[in-house]
Amino acid sequence: MDVMMIISVVIAILLWLLVAVLAFIAAMRSKALFREGAFEGGRDFLVLIPRVMVGVVGSGYIAAVLPPDLIANWIGPNSGVIGILIATLIGAATPGGAVVGFAIGAAALKSGAGAPQVIAYSTAWSLYTIQRLLNWEIHMMAPRFVLLRAAVSFPLPILAGLGALLLGKP
Amino acid sequence: MAERRRRIRSFEWSTAIIASISVAAGVAVYLRDGTEKVLAILTKDLQLLVGMLPKMAAGCLIAAFVTRLLPREVVARVVGSESGLLGLLVAMIMGAVLPGGPLTIYPVAAAFLVLGADVGTAVAFITAWNLLGYNRALIWELPFFGPEFVGWRILIALPLPILGGLLARTAARMIAKRGGSDQWM
Repeated sequence: MDVMMIISVVIAILLWLLVAVLAFIAAMRSKALFREGAFEGGRDFLVLIPRVMVGVVGSGYIAAVLPPDLIANWIGPNSGVIGILIATLIGAATPGGAVVGFAIGAAALKSGAGAPQVIAYSTAWSLYTIQRLLNWEIHMMAPRFVLLRAAVSFPLPILAGLGALLLGKP
Repeated sequence: MAERRRRIRSFEWSTAIIASISVAAGVAVYLRDGTEKVLAILTKDLQLLVGMLPKMAAGCLIAAFVTRLLPREVVARVVGSESGLLGLLVAMIMGAVLPGGPLTIYPVAAAFLVLGADVGTAVAFITAWNLLGYNRALIWELPFFGPEFVGWRILIALPLPILGGLLARTAARMIAKRGGSDQWM
């Protein structure tokens, strides 16, 4: 736990160093560029906080009312490859934006789902949630590209879940 | 800008649904376990969120500056001119680095294809953006899952963009061999 704390602090410092370097480069190019960047970054952060908060706190309450036996049976730590497959399919079927996907994943983890299964879920949700393919990608890419990408991406969440299962992490 | 408006509106809709489900769940917890449990969940989850706030703020600022310092056209040109395994690697790095939503990412991927990159490069780029993008990891994933989970998740996902790109290349080659079109745009 202490090592995790140190890593976490080091990462935060590195991130802010990167912010400083980028801000410096922007300021060298022009004052306006620096101001715009700082303003937009700050505004995005303020707009995001309440949304993330709703999702994070919500996932805690949703987890508390989910039936733990059901979760453990279907996608629990002992559900193995079948659980990974189920989680992948639920990930593809999840509608909505980031807050929905992450809140469901976090709620599942808190109510007893296995980490490999949750990794498979969030990987599938990231790569090919059906709603995003139909709402976004199909309008901007050729339909046969979307089909090809979805087809070759299908095994990736399963591989990610198996990877976590074999590593025994997180 | 249409891009921003659309993105924010779809977020609101999702947030509203999750908020109402959460309130219902919160009421159920209150009726079943009482005030103490409701407060315990609230403080535990808020603690994680508050701990992640500095990293989230850094993520937002990095994204805002990178958007300005690394124009999309440059990314499209750099990735579009590479091929082979190096092309996949460059596409993966660019996908992880370039911030923005679907309306930014797909046009860049489309531009690779127009500039002559193969279909595997575009797939590696989109896969990396989805799985390795620091933007989403810092701002969304971290406050929900905490640093240990996110760290392992990203480590496990590292080879997937290359793998997806190679699979797409192989599939495209097989389709072309069977007389299918090699036009992906």
